[in-house]
Amino acid sequence: MPILGSGRRDPHEERVATLTPQARPSDRADAASPPAVELRHVVKRFEGDVGRRVARSVDAAGGARGAADAVVAVAGIDLEIGDGEFFSMLGPSGSGKTTTLRMIAGFEQPSEGRILLHGEDVTERPPFDRDVNTVFQDYALFPHMTVGDNVAYGLMIRKVPKPERERRVGDALAMVRLSGYERRKPGQLSGGQRQRVALARALVNRPSVLLLDEPLGALDLKLREEMQIELKAIQQEVGITFIYVTHDQEEALTMSDRLAVFSQGRIEQVGSPAEVYERPATPFVAGFVGTSNLLGGAVAETIVGRAGTFTVRPEKIRMGEPDAPAGDDESSALGVVRTVVYLGPDTRYIVALDAGAELVVTEQNLSTSSMEALAAQGRRVRLTWKRQHNFAIGG
Amino acid sequence: MRSGGARWGLRLATLAVLGFIYIPLAVVIVYAFNASGTVSWPPAGFSLRWVQAALENSGLQDAFKTSIVIGIGAAAIAVILGSLAAFAVARYRFFGREAISFVVVFPIALPGIVTGMALSTTFATVDLPLGILSIIVGHATFCVVLVYNNVIARLRRTSRSLEEASSDLGADTWQTFRHVTLPAVRSAVLAGALLAFALSFDEVIVTIFTAGGVTTLPIWIFRSFRLANQVALVNVAGLAAILLSVIPVYIASRLTQDTGGVTGAKT
Ligand SMILES: Nc1ncnc2c1ncn2[C@@H]1O[C@H](COP(=O)(O)OP(=O)(O)OP(=O)(O)O)[C@@H](O)[C@H]1O
Ligand SMILES: [Mg+2]
Repeated sequence: MPILGSGRRDPHEERVATLTPQARPSDRADAASPPAVELRHVVKRFEGDVGRRVARSVDAAGGARGAADAVVAVAGIDLEIGDGEFFSMLGPSGSGKTTTLRMIAGFEQPSEGRILLHGEDVTERPPFDRDVNTVFQDYALFPHMTVGDNVAYGLMIRKVPKPERERRVGDALAMVRLSGYERRKPGQLSGGQRQRVALARALVNRPSVLLLDEPLGALDLKLREEMQIELKAIQQEVGITFIYVTHDQEEALTMSDRLAVFSQGRIEQVGSPAEVYERPATPFVAGFVGTSNLLGGAVAETIVGRAGTFTVRPEKIRMGEPDAPAGDDESSALGVVRTVVYLGPDTRYIVALDAGAELVVTEQNLSTSSMEALAAQGRRVRLTWKRQHNFAIGG
Repeated sequence: MRSGGARWGLRLATLAVLGFIYIPLAVVIVYAFNASGTVSWPPAGFSLRWVQAALENSGLQDAFKTSIVIGIGAAAIAVILGSLAAFAVARYRFFGREAISFVVVFPIALPGIVTGMALSTTFATVDLPLGILSIIVGHATFCVVLVYNNVIARLRRTSRSLEEASSDLGADTWQTFRHVTLPAVRSAVLAGALLAFALSFDEVIVTIFTAGGVTTLPIWIFRSFRLANQVALVNVAGLAAILLSVIPVYIASRLTQDTGGVTGAKT
């Protein structure tokens, strides 16, 4: 469990440092306009039965504890999300992504901190009084209503006149390519179709911010990839801010303008996909986004020639014969191929270095066949990569 | 492979059980339409004369109406208290929440004779005159659980996120209840009410303790059963009791089947 108030570092300072101007659409638009969503040092503790039990087990294990009797789901988050941005929250299970999203929607009250939408403090407002809509992980379509009535629900509640309602429902269903399904019941739709109805039901209200909690989690891989492209296209079309929760790093990297990496109720790093992938701010980010490939301590001094912790991306490393020469601008290390994983388009080699660490190398199967790739197992190799691809972490 | 002998044995046992349960019921129904006034096999022939007589017997008529009023009253109380308790337990956290289920279910496990005794004593203590009202209250004690169980099962199967989705789409608490929660539990409430009515309609023990001078249909049957000149009428009354128990129970089971799956459907 994360420990509350362990103020070792100021998360806000670190965040500002990782932001580049071009990665923030809010800066592009109008410097004076407030961000679509702003979280100011938001903390969420869950009290009660579950919390108490977990807290006690932490005590018994000799761990430190936060506030007595509570699970700290979100341990102090500061975040600004710009207008029209596709923003992802990425992190392992239990890292506080859903809780953060639910606080923005208004289903949970923060224990501390403020939540602002377009500069307006909405911390105390109920969900129905916030200009935000949610696409739920289980879709939460009303089973007793038709698809048309489901999509029209928000408009019906806000007493939008019937002709306009029908037109907007038709438009929304057309956008998710479900025209003609108005009369069906949710029970008569496939998983992907339900997902799109849920999206249409949220979008029809033209919210300023759309929250999506692992909306593609229940779909199979192929449908998921299709929906990723579709979602991104819809977001660009409507220009609404999307806040997208996922624990799939590939999904977050391919779809987002920016993303935040969560761990144990904190944000480890915020930045554009390229920044987070190429220049992870902490070992956790390096490990979670892609393959870690960490070089630290004595190993780093031997190979990189400097003290610190470094990361190298697997696809930047070249694998060759042990006596292959390395250029001046290159780092290099000798090792033995311990494991070969054939992945179709490319192959992943896990190499145990003589210096002590292990590095993962991926190579495209340009000419190699699976037989050749697998034969590399146990072979001595030299790994080389450009020095500029050694990234110091959290320095 | 099951051997032929075992299969025939099973069939026979099933038939025996069904016969054991349903032959006595069939006998009552047959005698209700018997042309003769005595209970003797074989029946003398088909006739509606006892049905006619039952419709003209004011004692039986009154007992029948009384039972219906009591059944409706007990079901109404059960619907109000049972639904409220189910909502509270399923949707809110409060001190003593876990205890409620037990408190609500307990009266049905309690021997009727104890419930009857206790209620009778209590009514005497608070000076509530025994009569239709006291019977209704008495029946309600064990009818609440039927509505409670049905509604809470439905609420537990209905995804919490439906209510959140409604609220997210702009509906306030009342609108969410009206458009989302109520449609989801309506058939469960109705099923519980019908079961409560059926249970109340043929209840005897608690009724005896709380009736005072009031005669319900089961009590009328019990009294008339021993009178030789009423025997044929008793069978007609029995038929009425069967119908008013079986039909609500049948409808209730249909109600919980039909919508149960859809409401609970999660992806
Ligand atoms: N209602 C609750 N009561 C008590 N603890 C809770 C509650 N909801 C969440 N938690 C705890 O808060 C922490 C964060 O949960 P959260 O659902 O936000 O994680 P998540 O990042 O969305 O994970 P996942 O990827 O599995 O959905 C977890 O430890 C969880 O057990
Ligand atoms: Mg989650």
